[in-house]
Formats: sequence, structure tokens, C-alpha cells
Amino acid sequence: MNNLYELTIKKARDGLKNKSFSSAELIKSCLDRIKAVEPKIHAFVTVCDEAINYAKDENLPLRGIPISIKDNFCTVGLRTTASSNVLKDFIPPYDATVVAKLKAAGAVIIGKTNLDAWAHGSSTETSDFGTTRNPWNIEHLPGGSSGGAAASVAADEIIAAIGSETAGSIRQPADWCGVVGLKPTYGRVSRYGVVAMASSLDSPGPITKTVEDAAIILQILAGKDSLDATTLPNSPQDYLKDLDKKITGLKIGVPDEYFDGVTEQVRARVEDALKLLEKLGAKIIKIKLFKPEYAIAVYTILQRAEVSSNLARYDGIRYGSTRENFGEEAKRRIMLGTYALSAGYWDQYYNKAQKVRTVIVEDFIRAFKEVDIIIAPTNPTTALPLGASKDNPMFGEMADALVEPSSIAGLPGINVPCGFSKEGLPVGFQVIGPQLAETLILNVAHQYQINTDWRKEKPKL
Amino acid sequence: MKIDVKKIAKLANLPITDYEEEKLAEQLSQTLDYVNKLEEIDTKGVEPTSQVTGLENVTRDDEITNSLSQEEALKNAKSKRDGFFVVKAIFDNE
Repeated sequence: MNNLYELTIKKARDGLKNKSFSSAELIKSCLDRIKAVEPKIHAFVTVCDEAINYAKDENLPLRGIPISIKDNFCTVGLRTTASSNVLKDFIPPYDATVVAKLKAAGAVIIGKTNLDAWAHGSSTETSDFGTTRNPWNIEHLPGGSSGGAAASVAADEIIAAIGSETAGSIRQPADWCGVVGLKPTYGRVSRYGVVAMASSLDSPGPITKTVEDAAIILQILAGKDSLDATTLPNSPQDYLKDLDKKITGLKIGVPDEYFDGVTEQVRARVEDALKLLEKLGAKIIKIKLFKPEYAIAVYTILQRAEVSSNLARYDGIRYGSTRENFGEEAKRRIMLGTYALSAGYWDQYYNKAQKVRTVIVEDFIRAFKEVDIIIAPTNPTTALPLGASKDNPMFGEMADALVEPSSIAGLPGINVPCGFSKEGLPVGFQVIGPQLAETLILNVAHQYQINTDWRKEKPKL
Repeated sequence: MKIDVKKIAKLANLPITDYEEEKLAEQLSQTLDYVNKLEEIDTKGVEPTSQVTGLENVTRDDEITNSLSQEEALKNAKSKRDGFFVVKAIFDNE
């Protein structure tokens, strides 16, 4: 049998049910793996060495399954830092709704993963607690901001992880680390108890070894939450029911604009993936979409503005330490946001960005009249080397260029691994759907995954 | 573009050093130069979007539910006294 830490949720669940192994053995296997590879990877800010399974009910969907949580989700009694020195000793008095739901489903939290401080970035290089390394090549970045979460899954330190995405922070690191990352529709999963970044965009979601596992977790997380007024009242769907559905006749839109500036190797792998989907019965249709570079500009303004407002609460009075403790990146973002919202500039920047946001939303609505889903590369490049983000105030925006438009429009998207570069770094593509089309994008992603073997490749650690 | 970094830092309640002031001035204008490309998009007559899923006026019943105890609420404060948060004085004199 495989090492237990390599299991997917599905396989771990089957094994626990058949009593092939116990939850204690599964947890120990992950903790041992963490001990063995963490010195190289540094995916975690906090590891719960004493984690045990308390859930008794054998029918709970995640009973006894070890999960890692990005360190910007509040966990009661367990330090939550957002990878910033401002919160380095903050012990939340309550659980984020996502965490509460996972615990109620029987999951065992065995660690909090590293991120760019306050989730500001796409590299984990802005973390105050060190940079996470890409398990496929530790001289390369894992991506971010959920870089620790993606690396923890890729390095098999954990069965599954929870991340959050504002514009790219789930899909981009999942792509660079060669794992699955699902960003749900805005408002599908509660933001309550997540350290707020840009509140009109923040979307929690799973990072997993398989598409099926992502569906299992979304099933648990999706739904209205009275503690987050922006959660959608629509009942969650059954995200597992259509996984095995054939994709015959499905119309896949492929926008040329999303291949501009994409490296030859990434382009080739994504084109191979499209050919396979065509072979599985889908129709590939060229479409035109609004250029991603405008979405970058919109995102830059909206994100900075909402950050300056959200981070105003950190005054060191009720919790956390004082504002001197903000790192360079957070300061830069707070400053730009404050400027963009200040008297005389609000209309020129913030209001203008919100209007272009409407143009982007409508552009997608138009595209989804022609096609069922959209497929594009998740990133223009494979994982960049360590240090790539330094002194580049727009690094995150550029790395996230291809995921920003759909985030701005609140759409769901999923990264699916589709091969490797010559250098052995993972490549992925993203499936984007209309709002609340999670079942459909999971179906397409799963059909691709079960017809390929990429996920059987493991990094050598 | 010239940005009054000192003034913005004051608005943001952010302590910054002279070195940071210089660096920020340069980086902020770089970023603004980039976002200025939004001017290329004609948005005449376009309404701004702030809530992307279209929810409006979400309310709930005003019912008392569990909340943090005073002790829990104060637990993370660095400075407290008699069950209160200690803040800096706002007025200089009596």
C-alpha cells in the first residue's frame, strides 16, 4: 500500500471505513511526513503536533481526515497570524465559518499554512515568517498567496488544504505546485472569520490532490451563512453528482487574449489538454474576451482601496500589535488604497475601476451566451525562481493576470494540472464558468483528470 | 505624478521613515501610471459594480445570539484595565 500521507480524501475515507488503518495512524503519517519535509518546504506557520480525532460519528464526511488551513482563517485557541508580525501572537476567540463547518464534518486540523502577509502577493515572499518553497524545485516559488496550502498538498504533507482567493490566490499557487485549486463563486462560501483582504472579492476554497476531493470539500463549505451577509441564498448543488457525466457536445470557449505573453511550454501543454477534451466530445470555440491587462488595473485599484479600509482596524488596541509592524508590501498597498479613496481622487480611480468592473462582468455574460465554459492557461509561466517578487510592486498582479478578470466578475474557476515543463515544473489550465456553475466546471475538470495520469507524478523530496 | 506621501501616510495612520517615503513615492507613481490605462476604456453611462452577485439590502432578524464574553474579547489586548481596553488619550488636558 501507498504511504498513508499520499492518500486523497476519497481513498482515506474508504480506508478508514474499511478499517484498513485508523485515523490516529493517518494523522501520525501526515505529522511524520511534515517533520521529514518541512525543513525543505516550509509550508506551515504552525503545526499541531498533538492533533487527534474527536469525531465519533462514522458517517461524517471528513471524519478523522487531516486538513491544513491557510493561516488567515480564524481557528479558536490556535494562533492565526495572516503571516504578519502584526498578528504574530493573536489567538482567535472563535472559528471562521469554514473551520467550524470542517470540524463539524469531522476533519482534523493539523496545521496552519504560510501565505503572503495578509494574502498580499503571489509568492509567499511577503510573509513575515519566511518563504515557502515549491516542492517540485525548492529553488522556485510556490506561488501565492495560498502558497503554503498548495505546497502542503503537493508535498503530501496533508490530505487536503483550505486556501482563499481574492484574485488568483488559490488557482495560481495550485498551478505552480501541480495540484487542484477551486475558487468558488463569490458568496458561495462564507468569509466570516477570514482575515479580510478585499471584501468584494475574497472567496475561500479547497486545494486538493484531485478534482473529486475539491467537490467533496465544496459540498461541506457551500451555503448561506447568517454571519456573512454576502453569502448567496441559493441552495448549494450536489457537487459530486455530475462528476462522471460525459462532456459530449460541451462548448468550450478559448480566448486568444489569454494566450498573449504565455510561454511556449505552457501554451503547448494547454493546447494538448484542449485536444484531449475535444477527443472526449467537447467543441472548442474561439472567443474574444476583454484584455486581461485592464482587469489588472481594475484589481489593483479595488484591492488596494479595500485593503486600506480593512487594515485600518489593526491599531494594536483590541488585538495584534501596532502599525509599525506592517511589512513593506502591506504599507505600499494601504498607501495606494488610501490615495485612491482620498478626496479628489475617488472618482478618478475607485469609481472608474468599479465602472470598468461592470464592463468586465458584462463581457463574461456575453461570452457565456456563446459557450458553456471557458478554458485558458492559469498562469503565463511555470513557477518563477525565488526572489522574483522582490522590489516589484506589481508582481502579484502580473503573475495573476489570467485569473483576475474572472475573480473581478465573481466567477468560479478551477486549476487542473496538465503536464510539466522541460525543467520538470507543473503546468495547469483553468476552467471558468458562469456564477454558480461549480458543478459544471468540476465535471469538466474531473473528466480531464480521470483521462490523464499527471497527478500520479510526485515531486522527489 | 507627484504624490504627497506624508499626507497620505497621515490619513492612513501609518508611520513611515524618510527612506520609505522616498521609495513609496516612486513605487506609487509607477503603479498609478499602470492603472491610468483604465482611461482607455469608455465608461460613459456605465454604472459601477460594487456587489458582483447583485444581492441588496440583506437583513436578518434582530435576535440576541451568543457573543464573546468580556474576558474573551479582552484576551488579545496588550493593554487593559478594569475590564476595559486602554487607548491613547485624545485630549491633552482635563
